Amino acid sequence: MDDTVAKPSTDNKTWDGNNKPLNASYGKMMMWFFIVSDALTFSGFLGAYGFSRYKFIDSWPIADEVFTHIPFIHGNFPMYYVAFMTFVLIFSSVTMVLAVDAGHHMKKNKVIVYLFLTIIGGAIFVGSQAWEWGTFIKGNYGAVETKGGKILQFVKADGSRVALGDFAVPIHSERIQQESNNGIWYQSEGAGTSVSLAEVTKGFLADESILIRTQYLDENGHRTVLSRAESVAKLKTDGTGIVEGANLKHNEYGTPLFADFFFFITGFHGFHVFSGIIFNIIVFFNVIIGTYERRGSYEMVEKVGLYWHFVDLVWVFVFTVFYLI
Amino acid sequence: MAQDHNLAIFRGKLKFKSNVSKIWGVFILLSIITIVEVFLGITKPAFLTEHHLFALKYLNWIFIGLTIVKAYYITWDFMHMRDEKMGLRRSVVWTAGFLIIYLLFILLVEGDYVFEVYKNGYVKFDF
Repeated sequence: MDDTVAKPSTDNKTWDGNNKPLNASYGKMMMWFFIVSDALTFSGFLGAYGFSRYKFIDSWPIADEVFTHIPFIHGNFPMYYVAFMTFVLIFSSVTMVLAVDAGHHMKKNKVIVYLFLTIIGGAIFVGSQAWEWGTFIKGNYGAVETKGGKILQFVKADGSRVALGDFAVPIHSERIQQESNNGIWYQSEGAGTSVSLAEVTKGFLADESILIRTQYLDENGHRTVLSRAESVAKLKTDGTGIVEGANLKHNEYGTPLFADFFFFITGFHGFHVFSGIIFNIIVFFNVIIGTYERRGSYEMVEKVGLYWHFVDLVWVFVFTVFYLI
Repeated sequence: MAQDHNLAIFRGKLKFKSNVSKIWGVFILLSIITIVEVFLGITKPAFLTEHHLFALKYLNWIFIGLTIVKAYYITWDFMHMRDEKMGLRRSVVWTAGFLIIYLLFILLVEGDYVFEVYKNGYVKFDF
């Protein structure tokens, strides 16, 4: 009977159970599983962005022209603010890893301080993100949308941008806001734009120095500027409406897809940062009340730290794809 | 766990005395890379934007390379991948790396093809 029963060999312990080939705890392992799957989700989004960008490679918005603001300061500062955001997030990653290190040495007070700094860094990042969204939604110079859904922007002969409000000539007219309580479909209209297409056209025809810049790029990567005659013809035949700022359907900086991807990817990343802050706050209070001190291990800080570093890692790629390339 | 950190970076050429000083060292390295990226992004040197390699400007290849270097140090030193077993390291990095490269290859080549059809195709919308 014994001969027919397969027994594990006793000299080789590999398959006896209790073997930990990866030498990682269950919690850390599951965090790594999550991180790999989430990394694939993000690369799917960034890959879709790349797909759409290649699809419209000759007319995609240039990030340097889109994100040019710094809070409280006027002027043209491409990228400085988003570089600051990147530093904030990398620095909060540093304080997080310092908290993990302090946890290894069972130094409760140091863990508290470093976790607190991490939470503050994350909050600054999310706040900056919200401000960046607000600036993007509000818009900068405004543009005219064509029948084909393309964007016409206005420039001086030297290439500097002109805002719609600077040259539009006011036309007195009565405009009644459509509200949901009148009309049969109970739909209200949005806030509308600050100037109308007729006012912009009138102002454009009056000012000879203004030209139209299309969203198409020339061989050198600059946007094509039309001659005065072409500009007048283009605006008269193709212009259908005014775009100020960006939302999911219209985008004064170029193709609406750019705005859609910007909102979706940075929004999804911002949501990760937000949930990371929540996790950090929970762990922060657990550290204060001594949960991990009693447990004898600060591994929970390490696991949350893994998530936090991953969020930083994703931002490094989002930064490159959206702002640099 | 506390004492068994691998404290050498740059393939052992730079060795730190403690884990904390290694963290600050890596932070300085990441900061330098970010500053270089932002500097290149603002100045956009002409000799890097004129030429293309596989439909991508040299400058963009530099950005991607620097990003991967940053990702390496974040994963290896902040996420302690350097101290994990080789099996865990490879299961994470090789799996994600292979799938992401594959996905990007498919999507970007297809995007470029769609652009070509829109631009040069005799019959539009025939893919």
